[in-house]
Amino acid sequence: MTPTATLEAPVAESTVAKAALFVGTPRKATTHTSQNEGLIFEKSSPGKKAYRMDALDVPAVDAAALLGDSLRNDLGAMPELSEIEIVRHFTRLSTWNYAIDLGMFPLGSCTMKYNGRVNEAVSRIEGIAEAHPYQPEQLSQGALRIMHQLQHCLLEITGMDAITLQPAAGAHGEFTGVLMIRAYHESKGNARRKVLVPDSAHGTNPATAAVVGYQVENLKSNAEGGVDLEALRAAVDDDTAALMLTNPSTIGVFESQIQEIADILHAEGALLYMDGANMNALVGKTRPGDFGVDVMHLNLHKTFSTPHGGGGPGSGPVACKAILEPFLPAPLVVKKADGVLGFDFDRPHSVGRVRMFYGNFGMFVRALAYILANGPDGLRQTTEDAVLNANYIRAKLDGHFELPYKTASMHEVVFSDKLQATNGVKTGDMGKRLIDYGFHAYTTSFPLIVSGAMMIEPTESESREELDLLIDALQQIAREAAENPELVKTAPHTTRIRRLDEVGAARKPVLRWKAPPAKESLTPDSAAKEW
Amino acid sequence: MSYPATYRYTKEHEWIEANGTDATVGITEYAQHLLGDIVFVDLPKVGQQLSQKSALGSVESVKAVSDVYAPASGSVTEINEALTSAPETINAEANTTWMIKLTLSDPAELDTLLDAAAYEQYVNEESGK
Repeated sequence: MTPTATLEAPVAESTVAKAALFVGTPRKATTHTSQNEGLIFEKSSPGKKAYRMDALDVPAVDAAALLGDSLRNDLGAMPELSEIEIVRHFTRLSTWNYAIDLGMFPLGSCTMKYNGRVNEAVSRIEGIAEAHPYQPEQLSQGALRIMHQLQHCLLEITGMDAITLQPAAGAHGEFTGVLMIRAYHESKGNARRKVLVPDSAHGTNPATAAVVGYQVENLKSNAEGGVDLEALRAAVDDDTAALMLTNPSTIGVFESQIQEIADILHAEGALLYMDGANMNALVGKTRPGDFGVDVMHLNLHKTFSTPHGGGGPGSGPVACKAILEPFLPAPLVVKKADGVLGFDFDRPHSVGRVRMFYGNFGMFVRALAYILANGPDGLRQTTEDAVLNANYIRAKLDGHFELPYKTASMHEVVFSDKLQATNGVKTGDMGKRLIDYGFHAYTTSFPLIVSGAMMIEPTESESREELDLLIDALQQIAREAAENPELVKTAPHTTRIRRLDEVGAARKPVLRWKAPPAKESLTPDSAAKEW
Repeated sequence: MSYPATYRYTKEHEWIEANGTDATVGITEYAQHLLGDIVFVDLPKVGQQLSQKSALGSVESVKAVSDVYAPASGSVTEINEALTSAPETINAEANTTWMIKLTLSDPAELDTLLDAAAYEQYVNEESGK
């Protein structure tokens, strides 16, 4: 990081520019030069290409005679460019990205932690990177051992009895878990009809229950932001299949009465599903299996440091108690009688396969690398640091922003825009303004139980220095909201594209680029002639 | 924000106007204000049976997707198809922009709902005024 002193003594010219753009002084962001870049389609010129084919060394055939009506001479609007143009196009675009390797993502509920380089190093070892899922089991013992060992670690961390690594992400894990709940109840002769979901839940919870064919019943939260036990008692009956609960909840509060919640459900034969999205607050400290959870998913791309952005891919293992084990998706990785690892497909009560092959294997490698690199004490330290970081932010920003729930925070903290809204400045405006200060926005307008929510989750990855930069930026934004609200309401100002018309984009989306009317009709690719 | 005295209201911010067993349902001024710019409206099918408090559809704004609940039980007789292409009408005229029409199966359920004064008081409490 550049020392603060040099940032505060810029040349006169940029002082003037900054004075117009900021009330205070951003310590992280500065004017960034990046190049304009059009769409790759707009750069195309007909016939340009980045290859030359060798002379045809087999007998030429008449494509039209072979393909008949399927022959296509019109390539449509395919971009035609040289190699350097393509390289520059994508390199320029990459400089517009914000990434975890550039700075912090304070997105609440997302656990945007650093993805350690050791994960990548291990996943690129040849025997792992080049393994093929159709290799016979006896030639895949290493890959199977990675999965088996990861399963063992995740079971120890969660305190559950059995696990599948198949689901491809969190919502897919939820779907798998609730399918298993349904199969369990069906095996008892009654699938039951409703699933309870607290009003603070991730939107995927009610969506999952609905997709699996359950009626969703909302549970109001109590004043502390947790489950209202009286409301729960009133809602649970012999038609309740499960409660889907996130713990800690989406306002970052631990459900201190979790055991009693589980008891209320179990007394009526209902099950407790835990959304493990917030597991980063629990690892090494407490185990869902010990506090009454029957089935849960984990997000390897959150808690276990596999890539979260850029398409991940995600990975959402589902762990369960022994009563649900028969219903886990097939196949499972098991140790066979002779000590050799293999897949068990003989699972007559299974809900079936939920993912081709065995899930996103590359993520298992990275998650196991993370777990082994940290070790038990390291994982515990990670949890403590994540909670400490969130509470540091909370202590430093309390007063600058309203804190709707005073209950102790775990790994994330939720403020609201109530103090700034009196000046017409909303959470979304301040999120956009944070971009001007060199950060990704925090999570805006979620959870829904907080009006104007500003949800911040720093994770353990951030140093105190980076946290101080974020705190400083948010304090300055609070000051701007008071002294110059227009500046915040029209943010961002320093980005290459100013505020987007989100409403217009949603109401009248333009999903395809259309070529301007061609001046001349496209001629068949000249490459065809060379062939 | 105004709340017509002839309507009944839910704590989930729907309004219902009933005449015998014929009823019309929309969302309140306060609801559209909370949601912000509405970009999509999901409506039930004509003929669908709704029970009181069950979800009849949803409204999506830039900020969030919210379920809309049936203020009373009945069967759907008509849906406001114009909302598919012009969801912003709800932002402009929440009180007069209906979403569905219903034939009520139990008009007595309306007695469980709030009148305009009680709803306005509830909204004021909720928004901390």
